[in-house]
Amino acid sequence: MKTNNIAFVGYGLLLLGLLVAPFLGAYPIFVMKLMCFALFASAFNLLLGYTGMLSFGHAAFLGGSAYMTGHALKVWAVTPEIGLLLGTVGGGLLGLIVGFFAIRRQGIYSTMITLALAQMLFFVCLQAPFTGGEDGLQGVPRGKLFGLVDLQDDLVMYYLVLAIVVAAFLLIVRTIHSPFGQVLKGIKENEPRAISLGYDTQRFKLLAFVLSAALAGLAGSLKTLVLGFATLSDVHWTSSGHVVLMTLVGGLGTLSGPLVGSAVVVLMENKLGEVGAFLASASGVEWFNTLGESVTMVTGLIFVVCVLAFRRGIMGEIIALLARLRAGRQV
Amino acid sequence: MEIFGVSLPGLLSQLLLGLVNGSFYAILSLGLAVIFGLLNVINFAHGALFMMGAVLTWMAMNYFGINYWVMLLLAPLVVGGFGVLIERLLLRWIYKLDHLYGLLLTLGLTLLIEGVFRSVYGVSGLGYDTPELLEGATNLGFMYMPNYRAWVVVASIGVCIGTWYVIEKTKLGAYLRAGTENPRLVEAFGINVPVMITLTYAFGAALAAFAGVLSAPVYQVSPLMGQNLIIVVFAVVVIGGMGSIMGSILTGLGLGVIEGFTKVFYPEASSTVVFVIMVIVLLIRPAGLFGKEK
Repeated sequence: MKTNNIAFVGYGLLLLGLLVAPFLGAYPIFVMKLMCFALFASAFNLLLGYTGMLSFGHAAFLGGSAYMTGHALKVWAVTPEIGLLLGTVGGGLLGLIVGFFAIRRQGIYSTMITLALAQMLFFVCLQAPFTGGEDGLQGVPRGKLFGLVDLQDDLVMYYLVLAIVVAAFLLIVRTIHSPFGQVLKGIKENEPRAISLGYDTQRFKLLAFVLSAALAGLAGSLKTLVLGFATLSDVHWTSSGHVVLMTLVGGLGTLSGPLVGSAVVVLMENKLGEVGAFLASASGVEWFNTLGESVTMVTGLIFVVCVLAFRRGIMGEIIALLARLRAGRQV
Repeated sequence: MEIFGVSLPGLLSQLLLGLVNGSFYAILSLGLAVIFGLLNVINFAHGALFMMGAVLTWMAMNYFGINYWVMLLLAPLVVGGFGVLIERLLLRWIYKLDHLYGLLLTLGLTLLIEGVFRSVYGVSGLGYDTPELLEGATNLGFMYMPNYRAWVVVASIGVCIGTWYVIEKTKLGAYLRAGTENPRLVEAFGINVPVMITLTYAFGAALAAFAGVLSAPVYQVSPLMGQNLIIVVFAVVVIGGMGSIMGSILTGLGLGVIEGFTKVFYPEASSTVVFVIMVIVLLIRPAGLFGKEK
């Protein structure tokens, strides 16, 4: 079977699984959260994996949009689709501002700029009255889609989230395979060459930044709509680190990587306590019982291991393995 | 006496506090610059190493009764040794890769180190008493100057100038600068560049720990104390550019002072003012105040 076919079957199975998941006993809210993070990581990967720009400020887009949507739904009482639209556009605008400054410098400086600007937004959110400070924005209503469909029902909400995330993912796929996406890859491989070919690389980079930020904003908005709150932890820089980790674990510059990576990381964080308890009972070492509280430590360890030994990530390794197998058969 | 409705002693004491913060910015951005110059790695773990310096000082006092002055020497040595391990065991493998992996590796390291300390000490601050010798304040006539804060500024500037002197004026520093420019050529002249790289990282780590010890009596000692600091220091580095040692020092001190003034005149902006300045500098001089765009 060709790699393309395998991928096709894989995505088909994933979609089928997601379609029937609520009927197989999966907790819909949790799966919705997973999908939001999958979208967030895919949006981030569009920038890092396909344009070669490491943004360390994506928390600003996730969290900023989460607040915007939350505020619009709660205070202005708009319908959910308007709330999501506002969040997405807001994320894109934030991306325009951050991106504008980030592309003024190259490489590592540009990363530091995104981090600093996102941290600035964090402090703004900490002090601004409408974010609820340390408590966050609580009790955001889901409302009725187009004023007609009540989203209070988790199942209705679930299929809306699924539809939006699938659509956004297809948009990312389309972007990457478009001529625009090819130019982005060209910039990633060799920026001076792209410039000498006559491309205005700054404009392409900025556009990629805005697109990535808008989609990350959409993920944040959806998350607020699903969970009914927006908190400071979304805007905190650790959230940016989080999305880098998801993408890295899944596989940089692969389409499926962020999907797998986000699932692995979110599941790991949720189940770490249980894993710790299991290890403690299996090995008799009391310390493992505290593993659930040491998520940062384990996250850090995964980072270090990934960078040193596992840079291609899960999907990157699988794709490389398939390619090797095929090459072996042809010989 | 009042200036813009703020009493002069109040203003001066904020200025001194700003200089204290600026001293830490200066030492940390100096270390980042030296490490980046030779290793091409942005050391995200710098904040964690700073924190280690402070927490080790607290631990030494509370478990072994080792006093501040001993730790001022011991903590940088211990953390410097830790830096040797980091460089030899981890960083060494990624020099040939893209810059971003260095950042990600040291970020992972930061989370790991902070996680370990957090699992022991939680996130609340631990108090550390000012050493007896520097307790109290000196009456300068126009203000009371807390002795300890003055000491922090003097010690930091001393260390910064010392580092500047070593790098710019000695033979060792000349090797270092040559290594930054062209490591392969320096190696061809028979200088052991790998050892030089290890020692450079260890030195940067020791500097961070030294700042950590100095900070123990002024800040709350906590496993997360380095986290927010390192991001501000990144902004400082973007503003100053990493090309010049003196540039790092001056930018760090200057921004600390500006932050101090902001606390007096517009406290709400004091946590964001450095970032705002970064934005302005990027608009006017994208390469940074002392930087050369490569």
